[in-house]
Amino acid sequence: MTAGTDEVLSFDEAMEKYDPVLGFEVHVELNTRTKMFSSAPNAFGDVPNTNVTPVDLGLPGVLPVVNGVAVESAIKIGLALNCSIAEKCYFARKNYFYPDTPKNFQTSQFEDPIAYDGSIDIELADGTVFTVEIERAHMEEDAGKLTHMGGSTGRIQGAEYSLVDYNRAGVPLIEIVTKPIEGAGARAPELAKAYVAAIREIVKNLGVSDARMERGNVRCDANVSLRPHGREQFGTRTETKNVNSLRAVEHAVRYEIQRHAAVLDSGTPILQETRHWHEDTRSTTSGRPKSDADDYRYFPEPDLVPVVTDEAWIEALRASLPEPPAERRKRLQADWGYSDAEFRDVVNAGVMTSIEDTVAAGVGAVAARKWWMGEISRRAKLADVEPSELGVTPELVVELQGLIDSGKINDKLSRDVLDGVLAGEGTPAEVVEQRGLAVVSDDGPLLDAIDGALAAQPDVADKIRGGKIQAVGAIVGGVMKATRGQADAGRVRELILQRLGVEG
Amino acid sequence: MAELNRDDVAHLARLAHIDMTDDELDRMAGELAVIVDSVRSISEVAGDDVPATSHPIPLSNVFREDVVGTTLTNEEALLGAPDNADGRFRVPAILDGE
Repeated sequence: MTAGTDEVLSFDEAMEKYDPVLGFEVHVELNTRTKMFSSAPNAFGDVPNTNVTPVDLGLPGVLPVVNGVAVESAIKIGLALNCSIAEKCYFARKNYFYPDTPKNFQTSQFEDPIAYDGSIDIELADGTVFTVEIERAHMEEDAGKLTHMGGSTGRIQGAEYSLVDYNRAGVPLIEIVTKPIEGAGARAPELAKAYVAAIREIVKNLGVSDARMERGNVRCDANVSLRPHGREQFGTRTETKNVNSLRAVEHAVRYEIQRHAAVLDSGTPILQETRHWHEDTRSTTSGRPKSDADDYRYFPEPDLVPVVTDEAWIEALRASLPEPPAERRKRLQADWGYSDAEFRDVVNAGVMTSIEDTVAAGVGAVAARKWWMGEISRRAKLADVEPSELGVTPELVVELQGLIDSGKINDKLSRDVLDGVLAGEGTPAEVVEQRGLAVVSDDGPLLDAIDGALAAQPDVADKIRGGKIQAVGAIVGGVMKATRGQADAGRVRELILQRLGVEG
Repeated sequence: MAELNRDDVAHLARLAHIDMTDDELDRMAGELAVIVDSVRSISEVAGDDVPATSHPIPLSNVFREDVVGTTLTNEEALLGAPDNADGRFRVPAILDGE
């Protein structure tokens, strides 16, 4: 298959002529212990076809039973998306023939999803807020995993046969469907990314999904259509399937906007179809034609009884919800007094929770940010892990900062101490002891070093004597170098000024 | 309810992946129409105040604890498969799916 042979218009030109309308279907895999309708483990990466029961294989005579925790997770997601929760809802069979389901139907919900009519506010990087309306969130089950064999590219085209692993078949899924999103204009690709990021964050915060996109815990199908500016009626849409990273969501929406614009400009109608996203070429290729009237012959699942909710149950679940991520961010930024830019960097670096824990453990917000954004992030980058995965605990930061605050070590030495702790040399205090890292607090050696530095830079010494106090930095630098950083810079400055008979 | 005609039956047969001859389609259209008619007689009794039901027993919220139970082994899982390879079910490459 050759990818990316379609004509595209430049994004700016597309925006001049057309107004994009978006829509998303996001599938969230729940992290329940067992599957939606069977007691097989819901686990990733196990030996193929071992996390299966007769129910998952659709063997004759089996009876599915609903996982109660999955239903509660679905309700929590609905509540977090400000949805109404159905008083009564049913499961339905969605009939289709494809080897990813051994039953020849997917158990899903059709006319009456468990959650409907919600909305969430999506904040873009510059603070602009878009409200995305949620049409529904419904319960269903994941399909098995197909591996196409014999084709040159590993894709289905040219494959001779396929191998099926049903470990994933029956894993609980919540499908979240938006209403059409209008008015995003040129921010559409950015909004697409921010929306999927927000859903991922919400389900992770709820604790109902591991939300790891690289494992397919959160998967996005992105619908895009264009209409000329000023026109009410929507254009024909395409659905780009399985766009499975945040960056890919942004790129896929941008690409489809550009492709649609080129097709429309050439006077050809858009073909309503699914598109496949190719990360390597950052383009989409045609999938299969899709009509609104795909005939899945939905009918109520006769083996499962309705789910009925009441206010007491829903309110108990609502009361159990954690603080929503957006509100938590606002609260923390206000508490810590960070600027918008500082806070955004903290969020993007993934260290907000680490800072929160560190502040709770007793370190000031400014010092906590300095640690997590500075030395810890830098070491995490070198080790190619998330800062939170480096093994630095809030207690460690408390101890390091305590050593600095008490004057025992300075900032520069504290980095060596951190290295020592991460290398397994013991507690910060032990590393200071063993590596001999304490600052030189005895004035005698400091004065020797100061005299040496002043003698080495007589012109600077004269400037300071003449009242140019800011020049003292050069002498401090010389002293720090001479003491290999083991001096308290503040004390050194005092002593230099004293030595020169100047008032600090 | 609309009449069930021969085209409907042909459409259903296609959806169900069942090959049917012209004779079979003719016969089935007649037979299914009788069944649809009998079912329709229920809607003459049940008025708008009777909600459609999917289940004859008035049960709801039959849930399972989220506790892992017994699973099949890989060998057991593949026992009924016409073909397998590499611990997985082996099926013909099918092009019209997702």
